[in-house]
Amino acid sequence: MTLNRRLFLHTATAAALAAPAVLADGHGKPRVLVIGGGPGGATAARYIAKDSKGAVAVTLIEPSRTYFTCFFSNLYLGGFKKMDDLGHSYGTLAAKYGVNVVHDWAVGVDRDIKSVRLASGASLPYDKLILSPGIDFIEGAVEGWSLATQNAMPHAYKGGSQTELLKAQIAAIPEGGRFAMVAPPNPYRCPPGPYERISMVAHVLKATNPTAKIIVADPKSTFSKMGLFQEGWADSYPGMIDWIGQEFGGSNVSVDAEAMTITIDGEETKVDVCNVIPAMKAGHIAEMAGVTDGNWAPINPADMSSKADPDIYVLGDAANQGDMPKSGFAANSQAKVCANAVRGALTGSKVFPAKYTNTCWSLIDTDNGVKVGATYEATQVKIAKVDGFVSSTGESAELRKATYEESEGWYAGIVADTFG
Amino acid sequence: MHVRPSIATLAVIVMASVAWSCVAHAEARAGKRGDADAGARIFTQCKGCHEVGQGAQDRIGPHLNGIFGRKVAAHDGFWYSQSMTRAGHDGLIWTAKTLDAYVENPRALISKTRMSYGGMPNPQDRADLLAFLRMFSDDPANIPEAAPTVQGADHDISPDTRALVGDAELGEYLSSACVTCHQIDGSVQGVPSITRWPTEDFVVAMHAYKSGLRLHPVMQMMARRLSDEEIAGLAAYFKDLD
Ligand SMILES: Cc1cc2nc3c(=O)[nH]c(=O)nc-3n(C[C@H](O)[C@H](O)[C@H](O)COP(=O)(O)OP(=O)(O)OC[C@H]3O[C@@H](n4cnc5c(N)ncnc54)[C@H](O)[C@@H]3O)c2cc1C
Ligand code: HEC
Ligand code: HEC
Repeated sequence: MTLNRRLFLHTATAAALAAPAVLADGHGKPRVLVIGGGPGGATAARYIAKDSKGAVAVTLIEPSRTYFTCFFSNLYLGGFKKMDDLGHSYGTLAAKYGVNVVHDWAVGVDRDIKSVRLASGASLPYDKLILSPGIDFIEGAVEGWSLATQNAMPHAYKGGSQTELLKAQIAAIPEGGRFAMVAPPNPYRCPPGPYERISMVAHVLKATNPTAKIIVADPKSTFSKMGLFQEGWADSYPGMIDWIGQEFGGSNVSVDAEAMTITIDGEETKVDVCNVIPAMKAGHIAEMAGVTDGNWAPINPADMSSKADPDIYVLGDAANQGDMPKSGFAANSQAKVCANAVRGALTGSKVFPAKYTNTCWSLIDTDNGVKVGATYEATQVKIAKVDGFVSSTGESAELRKATYEESEGWYAGIVADTFG
Repeated sequence: MHVRPSIATLAVIVMASVAWSCVAHAEARAGKRGDADAGARIFTQCKGCHEVGQGAQDRIGPHLNGIFGRKVAAHDGFWYSQSMTRAGHDGLIWTAKTLDAYVENPRALISKTRMSYGGMPNPQDRADLLAFLRMFSDDPANIPEAAPTVQGADHDISPDTRALVGDAELGEYLSSACVTCHQIDGSVQGVPSITRWPTEDFVVAMHAYKSGLRLHPVMQMMARRLSDEEIAGLAAYFKDLD
């Protein structure tokens, strides 16, 4: 049982570190490298830099100069937000917290000498490495789709240009035309995301192209907040959305990007837009670092450290997070637990027990917001759910509006908490 | 004083006798039953701002006819504080329990309420007052509990909990789970500000979510997993933010 041995090794190391460890032998300040500047990575970088007050050297590796959030990108599709609202720079992390932001790709991790290789050819050494690279798509997951066809059939499941492309394609749907979505199998980034997107596309079409139709091919038989979405779709967009779940052949799908067709359970349909959201796995660099097992990276629930290497931590979507969904809220929450543990290991500061939280809001129609949330704790086996709630069907319009306003407050809050 | 000494009152009396054994049981736990006549005298504390009875009108505070069973801040035409309006949107209803808690310590239930009234610590006084107010809520369908009178109970937190001195370092760590929604610079956008509050207001608010007296599901969930020490720590940390 390799896993047990690893677990044992890790526990032993953690115990050794409990005394204020001097990891920075001979090279000054202890060094933390963070790969990926999303809500996982950027939050971890900010908290370690902020709370260690300069005692830890923090470097963040992220290719983009501006991070476009996926969260609220559906609201951009629905016309509720502008692309500019979703873009955030790393300027404050550098200027206010002293994080060394390196705009480059990490292309390899050498765990034996504790060093990360960059696309530029440079190598950066670390004492602790934090991986928060988000997701990549599994090649061949949807027959007929590959990264080479992503412009004809966008996924729009990473922020920025893909989302803009999808919005332009929706605007160009001819009168009475068709929008199709291929929804992903579990587990995937943002469980309610595809269904919030369907709501937002319907919102746009209802105003501009009311005879257009939406088809969703889904490999699942149920989905997040299903009752709430279905109630909302029936109220706001009657007759527009055809959701084809697993029982009705939703998992038996292929697409043809050249002919712009989708074939569901043997029945071929010509469509004007085809939004393919394929099955997902941890961002490639996690695999290259050798910390994945299957599609995701197993972690120790108490501090988000990798089960494969006690000096590597994996946050957010890339991690196997137990009961937590893959969300920006979750990645941000895990980053703070991890930052507390990493700082403790490197500087001897006090380490508090892990508390994790998540809440995901979705907008169904104007001023009609719903939410689902939970708290989690670290058990021996996994990050386990403690407590939770979900909005109810039939709530008052006032409450739904307050819920939407709350989500806007959350967006401002998480962005400030992540990027400073 | 009696506005409509109606069928409603009779029905309540009948129901009361049916429910007698459980009332008696509750009484043993929570003190004596309310006395409406005594309550009428206690109402003088409210009279400067509230009217009740025939022809009652909104003054500094809304009139209190029909208050039992009504949604919080549901009185058309009255300008409520944002805090109270929000509690109404959350679905909070005025019942014997919520009224008792509000009168005991208004800010425990509604932090930024515009009602400048210090609170009524004596449970018997509150029971009497509510027995009096109930006479002006005449639709039994709106009245959740059967007895014509109510008992005061302690909703407010114990003196020991109140006296806890918070560890701000613990509070700072825990606060990282709050600032995703509550902006640390105190700005308000869909989510209220919680920085630089008096410690006591902060603590009673958190306990009101924890006990379920306040309804918001996210906050109930957040508060339920916090110990008394952790709540005190958070209060200490958020108080001194600049
Ligand atoms: C449509 C949609 C709606 C969503 N709505 C919500 C919502 O309402 N609420 C919510 O909480 N979540 C939502 N999410 C989910 C949320 O966006 C993700 O869960 C979150 O971004 C995960 O954070 P992360 O840090 O793990 O990864 P990411 O945010 O993906 O960040 C990873 C970063 O790593 C960088 N990177 C990757 N590989 C490398 C490498 N080799 N070298 C250097 N850098 C690298 C990438 O450029 C990227 O910036 C939504 C997602 C989608 C698609
Ligand atoms: C100094 C004036 C003042 C006093 C004294 C006062 N109130 Fe109020 N009361 C108000 C105001 C103002 C409001 C509206 C509060 C808000 O919007 O936050 C209010 C609101 C209320 C409400 C909520 C009504 C609704 O429509 O939801 C109740 C119940 C209430 N008061 C009961 C009492 C009782 C009982 C007393 C006496 C023990 C009392 N108040 C004393 C001013 C007062
Ligand atoms: C997911 C978002 C979210 C998180 C996380 C969150 N809150 Fe809240 N909080 C809210 C909302 C929304 C309200 C308004 C609730 C209501 O209507 O009663 C609120 C209300 C409050 C209030 C009462 C404010 C008032 O004016 O009545 C306090 C105090 C508070 N929160 C403290 C905290 C603390 C402490 C934490 C962290 C342990 C926390 N919150 C975490 C969203 C959040």
